[in-house]
Amino acid sequence: MLTILFWVFSVLMLASAAAVVLFRNPVNSAMSLVLSFLALAALFVTLDAFFIGVIQVLVYAGAVMVLFLFIIMLLDLKAETRRRLNIAALAGGIAVLGGFVVLITHVVKSLPTSADHFPALARTGYSDAYDIGMTLFSDFNLPFQIIGVLLLVSTIGVVFLSRRSLR
Amino acid sequence: MATIVQRPKLSLLERSYFPAILGGLWITIKHFFKMLFGQTKVTMQYPEQKWDSAMPEWYRGAPTLVKDEHDRERCVACQLCEFICPPRAITIKPGELPGDNRWSKVEKYPEKFDIDMIRCIYCGLCEEVCPEQAIFLRKDYSITGLTRAEMVHDKEKLYELGGVMHGLVHKWNEKK
Amino acid sequence: MPSLDLFLQPEIFLVWTAALKTLVILGVVLTMVAYSVWAERKVSAFIQDRIGPNRVGWAGLIQPVADGVKLLLKENFVPGGVNKFFFSIAPSLAMIPAILVLAVLPFGSSLFGVPMVIANLDIGVLWVFAVSSLGVYGIVLAGWASNSKYPFLGGIRSSSQMISYELSLGLSVVPVFMITGTLNLGEIVQYQVDNGWMVFPAWFRSGGGLLEFTTDNGSMFGLDLGQTLLWIPMMVSFVIFMIAMFAETNRVPFDLPEAEQELVGGYHTEYSSMRFALFFLGEYAAMIAGAGVIVTLFLGGWSMPFVPDGSQGWFWGLVNIGTFFAKVAAIIFFFLWVRWTLPRFRFDQLMKLGWYVFFEVALVNIFLTAGILAYLQS
Ligand code: SF4
Ligand code: SF4
Repeated sequence: MLTILFWVFSVLMLASAAAVVLFRNPVNSAMSLVLSFLALAALFVTLDAFFIGVIQVLVYAGAVMVLFLFIIMLLDLKAETRRRLNIAALAGGIAVLGGFVVLITHVVKSLPTSADHFPALARTGYSDAYDIGMTLFSDFNLPFQIIGVLLLVSTIGVVFLSRRSLR
Repeated sequence: MATIVQRPKLSLLERSYFPAILGGLWITIKHFFKMLFGQTKVTMQYPEQKWDSAMPEWYRGAPTLVKDEHDRERCVACQLCEFICPPRAITIKPGELPGDNRWSKVEKYPEKFDIDMIRCIYCGLCEEVCPEQAIFLRKDYSITGLTRAEMVHDKEKLYELGGVMHGLVHKWNEKK
Repeated sequence: MPSLDLFLQPEIFLVWTAALKTLVILGVVLTMVAYSVWAERKVSAFIQDRIGPNRVGWAGLIQPVADGVKLLLKENFVPGGVNKFFFSIAPSLAMIPAILVLAVLPFGSSLFGVPMVIANLDIGVLWVFAVSSLGVYGIVLAGWASNSKYPFLGGIRSSSQMISYELSLGLSVVPVFMITGTLNLGEIVQYQVDNGWMVFPAWFRSGGGLLEFTTDNGSMFGLDLGQTLLWIPMMVSFVIFMIAMFAETNRVPFDLPEAEQELVGGYHTEYSSMRFALFFLGEYAAMIAGAGVIVTLFLGGWSMPFVPDGSQGWFWGLVNIGTFFAKVAAIIFFFLWVRWTLPRFRFDQLMKLGWYVFFEVALVNIFLTAGILAYLQS
């Protein structure tokens, strides 16, 4: 059952991820990206990582992509769809993609656990939200705080830069 | 000269909107419960209850043809109403009175008299223009039908709606 | 009987009870959707000293059926120049998230030992927010795909409005999790069963209160110091959550995406027939789901003081379910009542309110709750 679901959702995810690039109309691309996020969230859920799956939907599909869509819709889509295919860019893209695939296979092959399955995570008996929270606030407390400060700084920067009367 | 309206200074409580919102909610819920317990009576249940009794004499409903008290039709098919009718709702086919009628050499009569109630705008010009006071706007206001043909009132229907009008003109009577 | 045994095997039992619950809840909620449209018309009429629908059935009670039949039979018109694909999927995208939210709401305690919630997720609340944040796609896509000015403005307004209010929506419930210590909606309700509703913390299980009266079934009625202190941030949370819910479900005073006086019909201007009906019903379904979330988080879900839960017999299970839906109906009445009382906000006022007021108040509220909790633990 889970294997079937895995295949269904990973095919869906990859197909819609490809569609993001292949569609000429930016709105179609954005919606494909949303679909791909949803499929990714479903994959997380099949791995029992409910929290990450739902956060994936909440943050990426629910907030970030809505903003994307918001901007895309204000563009002149007609001009966008009329653009011709750029052969050089296409070739470049495929070359990068190929290099990336080679790289990833190398990395995966050289992993010590690549031959057999990844070990299942130990079950703590708590919900995964609890586990993630515990890990973040105990083992990775310092990096977590640093990221928090970083985000705060960038937020303040954005607020400052977007003020209209910038002297 | 431009007048400057001073905005009232609002206190913090007033600026939080809450008192105003609660006040509004209180008013609407009062109306709700008064209506719920039947204390408010404004709406009339139309097809069952009607205003007919309260309608004034001069109400302009559907145009109709009237007969006089001797059961003679007043219309002489002069076609003035047909000409004046702004949306051209009236169609008249005048005819000669039969030879044995003593007015046959003087007057015509409407062989056909149709008013298309889809067109009629209830303006009352036909009533105003009629020299014989034969056409009147009566109180029927709910003229409905399922087909276009049904909405055209022919002569019979017009007389049926109009009925008898007493007094006013007696052109067809002997002069005393 | 072997066939019965098969049905009682744990996995299979789970599957068919879940399917049954889904069907029943779907039926109940769709009926509620239809009748909240009726209630909307009736309440609006009463508030405005009118009578409202009263021709089809007694007091117009069959009106929703008549409306449904009418909408089904109308022509499903597709204007020229629309993006056909998005135009046709947008109504479903608006309806589906609203219904998906219902999956995690505990609508009763238990009936014959079966918990009355379709999916008892550990992250129930996050599921609610995640799914309802997807609801905006239906509206935005409808506005964009219609290829017409007014729907487009409606869609744009909707997306910016939802993003601004989702933040305060999410932040305002954080104190609830801090107090209950769980994201599971069922456990949040259980906490309220034991400790009093979030907005009405008047009873508790453990002793040590300021005033207390013990009743026969062991629960105590009265005031507890901690509960009373926490009641302050809870009320703040409740008010913010409620207001954000109004914005999230596009209800007056935040119905800018479909402001009739400004945008014709907003995002569904170009829609007709059943597609329009889906938007319309989706809005009410979202309202019911939102009311369900409010009831679950703040008003004690299915619980009622001194009413036992479903483990005391199927009768009490049914009473619990009835309590939940009665509370939902009360909240819906409040939604309707507000709609026919308040005027609409201007768009800049709406954005200001969301970003400058609710966001900050919700943040401060979190710290306030943390402070109180720390004080109580020390
Ligand atoms: S009332 Fe006016 S519109 Fe109607 S038939 Fe008479 S003249 Fe014509
Ligand atoms: S109704 Fe009056 S105006 Fe019209 S044709 Fe007859 S007499 Fe003339």
